[in-house]
Amino acid sequence: MRIGYYPGCSLQSSAREYDLAARLVARHLGVQLVDIPDWNCCGASAAHSTDPFLAVALPARNLVLASEMGLDITVPCAACYHRLRMAQRELAHDRDLGRKVAEVLGRPYRGTVRIYSLLETITGIGLEQLAAQIVRPLKGLRVACYYGCLLVRPPGIGCDDPENPESMDRLIETTKAETVSWGYKNECCGGALVFGAREAAFRLARDILRNATGAGAHAIVCACPLCQSNLDLRQGQVNKMFGTNFAVPIFYFPQLLGLAMGLNPRDLGLTTHFVDPQRALKVVGG
Amino acid sequence: MPRIGVFVCWCGSNIGGVLDCPELARVAGSFPGVVFSTDYKYVCSDPGQNLIVESIRKHGLDRVVVASCSPRLHEETFRQALRRAGLNPYFLEMANLREHCSWVHPDAQEAAQRKAIDLVRRAVAKAALLEPLSPGRIPVIKRCLVIGGGIAGIQAALDVADAGLEVLLVEREPTIGGNMVKLDKTFPTLDCSACISTPKMVAVAQHPGIKLYTYAEVEEVSGYIGNFKVRIRQKARYVDHSKCTGCGTCWTKCPTSVPDEFNMGLGERAAIYIPFPQAVPNKPVIDAAHCRQLIKGKCGICAKHCPAEAIDYKQRDEVFEVEVGAIVVATGFGLFQWEKVYGEYGYGRYPDVITGLAFERLVNAAGPTGGKIQRPSDGKEPKTVVFIQCVGSRDEAKGKEYCSRVCCMYTAKHAHQVLEKIPGAQVYVFYIDVRTFGKGYEEFYRRVQDEGAVYIRGRVSKVYQDGTKLIVRGADTLLGEPVEIAADMVVLATGVVPSAGAQDVARMIGVSVDKDGFFQEAHPKLRPVETHTGGIFLAGACQGPKDIPDTVSQASGAGGKVCALLLKDELETSPMVARVNEALCTGCLACREVCPYRAIQAVTITERLPGQPPRERVVARVTEGLCQGCGSCTVACRAGAVDLKGFTNEQLLAEVDALCL
Repeated sequence: MRIGYYPGCSLQSSAREYDLAARLVARHLGVQLVDIPDWNCCGASAAHSTDPFLAVALPARNLVLASEMGLDITVPCAACYHRLRMAQRELAHDRDLGRKVAEVLGRPYRGTVRIYSLLETITGIGLEQLAAQIVRPLKGLRVACYYGCLLVRPPGIGCDDPENPESMDRLIETTKAETVSWGYKNECCGGALVFGAREAAFRLARDILRNATGAGAHAIVCACPLCQSNLDLRQGQVNKMFGTNFAVPIFYFPQLLGLAMGLNPRDLGLTTHFVDPQRALKVVGG
Repeated sequence: MPRIGVFVCWCGSNIGGVLDCPELARVAGSFPGVVFSTDYKYVCSDPGQNLIVESIRKHGLDRVVVASCSPRLHEETFRQALRRAGLNPYFLEMANLREHCSWVHPDAQEAAQRKAIDLVRRAVAKAALLEPLSPGRIPVIKRCLVIGGGIAGIQAALDVADAGLEVLLVEREPTIGGNMVKLDKTFPTLDCSACISTPKMVAVAQHPGIKLYTYAEVEEVSGYIGNFKVRIRQKARYVDHSKCTGCGTCWTKCPTSVPDEFNMGLGERAAIYIPFPQAVPNKPVIDAAHCRQLIKGKCGICAKHCPAEAIDYKQRDEVFEVEVGAIVVATGFGLFQWEKVYGEYGYGRYPDVITGLAFERLVNAAGPTGGKIQRPSDGKEPKTVVFIQCVGSRDEAKGKEYCSRVCCMYTAKHAHQVLEKIPGAQVYVFYIDVRTFGKGYEEFYRRVQDEGAVYIRGRVSKVYQDGTKLIVRGADTLLGEPVEIAADMVVLATGVVPSAGAQDVARMIGVSVDKDGFFQEAHPKLRPVETHTGGIFLAGACQGPKDIPDTVSQASGAGGKVCALLLKDELETSPMVARVNEALCTGCLACREVCPYRAIQAVTITERLPGQPPRERVVARVTEGLCQGCGSCTVACRAGAVDLKGFTNEQLLAEVDALCL
């Protein structure tokens, strides 16, 4: 399978390990990720909160590039996925906007590209096919699959049920890891609030960590760079602020999948986490 | 040449304030066939009607045009005036100057006057071609079918039977009683629901005028007002009720247990069962889907233990036909399937998130817990109970825009019951608006607040399980603050929807349903118990969400309507029905396809043409009792063989000519 790949900015910086794992796992599964040449920022957080036109035009450019390649695209970052889908929907409903966007881009927008989240692309391979690739079952590891908000909301845009998403749970279960049932799988991690309202964001992160561990999870699995960084990078600060002592590793789903498929942990970026995953992975002999 | 009289009504200033009525009357006097025309302030008044009667006599009029308001309002009034003057009442034609002209064009008087002249010219052209019509007569079968044995069906059946008419009551469940008998107490008086409904159930069973068919379904309805043919399927009970004494040995011995529908799945029942101890009839049926003997052919325990030898595994469904003159539809309501769409409340995954009806069973002394409020998950008494209103009501995102009307009050009652039965309990009610429209309702709501129920205005955005607690997260929109409550139990005020299968009933009996699937009444205000099909009446929540007082009132209303119909020996039918000119009819039956009332049948006629041997051919024929005069068939007929009496093709074309030529 060949599919356009839109990594987004995070995957080139703070979420490099997501990019590494995504590319490695995709290659292993025979999915050819074709980078969209000269892609640009999707406009998440900064553009869409200040300029409604830019919020559509930025993702639209990426969609136009993808359509020129004749490929659908897969998007690992939840925020990018959300912006691309929203832009596509707005353009489908507003012809004037489409004309304006085409004018600014200097090339026509057709709206024919299908946008998938990386989670959808991987699960779309088929759970049985994926299970057949598992050589190092993660038996004994209990994880909380965490979808956050932008991957599944709003209804009709998100890639799974907004209230009780389950696709990542089914995917992770192919590795023989156990997924826990918990109430915070679609809660907000605090997102970019970290920069403006630290305490509010940390409180949200704390509640997620508390609920995941309360449900018996050793680790959290996510599909969003912002979720991962709020929960991983900030976990120490959360502990300091609230006097807690969480040590919950936060994985990207392709990392766990890759591990179970026998790929090298270093190549999957498992050595660059702030919360060391070693202890959690010990239960599976990692 | 007809002698036409035109009467232009001012309707006070309604018409007279915009149109020049005397001028209109003067112009009308010049139209062909008009021998007399005048104007009058209120033609519908007593002197106005007398003016028509006297003018008919004085000027020898044989057609009358009244240019006034909508025929919906006063056509019948003026027809009576014609009748009094000795004229066929269908020699009347109306021009609607009020709704179609003066009311809608108050700012364009000149143009309105021209339009009014056209409207009158049209009416005169048609009037010239009117034919005398006389209503038909059909006999009436003095028997009534009631579909559904809830409180609505019970009340209608009793009222009709008390008037001395024969009633067949058909209920698909093994017992009558419907939803009401599942309830614990009724708001706002808190009287016991079973105590007031079971005596009525017994009255039905004992009434000499009522034939009760439980575990039976109506399969087909044909015919028309006064003369319906109904096919009923008595489902196999596998128990011979003529032998069974209802002793109860069988259901105590039955080895199978399945979730109990009557208790909303909170308890279990055997495969041979009565739904509840006061069931009517108080004799069991075998649930064929779960009986080991019927599925696998192995078991037979109930037959072995039955002292009356009433068990008959070989029993089959029986189908029989009856004729009735009227039908009351009382199929009741079901609960909105919240589990399918309310992901935020857990899609039914959390055992302690229950519906209001399940709570009724939980708090009911005859229910699975003997009236102790216990959590379904662990049987513990909940200390903090959250009620969420409008689940599946007033929620466009979930496809239900309407208010279910009963939830505010039953939730208030539930809150009262929690506070009464559990010392130190905390009760929170999330609401959008509290609607307490009935007698004593607002007082009850106040009382519950005084007892300590905390009402929070806002929707609940999420419920999730955290250990043994259910965390309820919502917003208090009055404080503008988020709220989080750790609850032991959550009760959803699940909305009211039409009962399962109501659509099939509607299709079968040929009545329409509204956008939400409730049966459509003939007029929302003035004909709330009738349907558009003559002889079919509505009772209870099948027409829209209703509480018990409203249901019983409507059921009695339907009963009264049935009596008024069936106490006649013959019915007059509207003469304005379709008529097929068999000489022109090609037998294509396109008319039968479009007829919404199934009033057209194919018949074979023998045609004798001079010089040719007689030959048989198929033509369409209208059953006048069924025809509602909608005119669809006249449009569908390619040969122009169908005419609607009172609106014939010739008459309509004359109107078009008058307007356009």
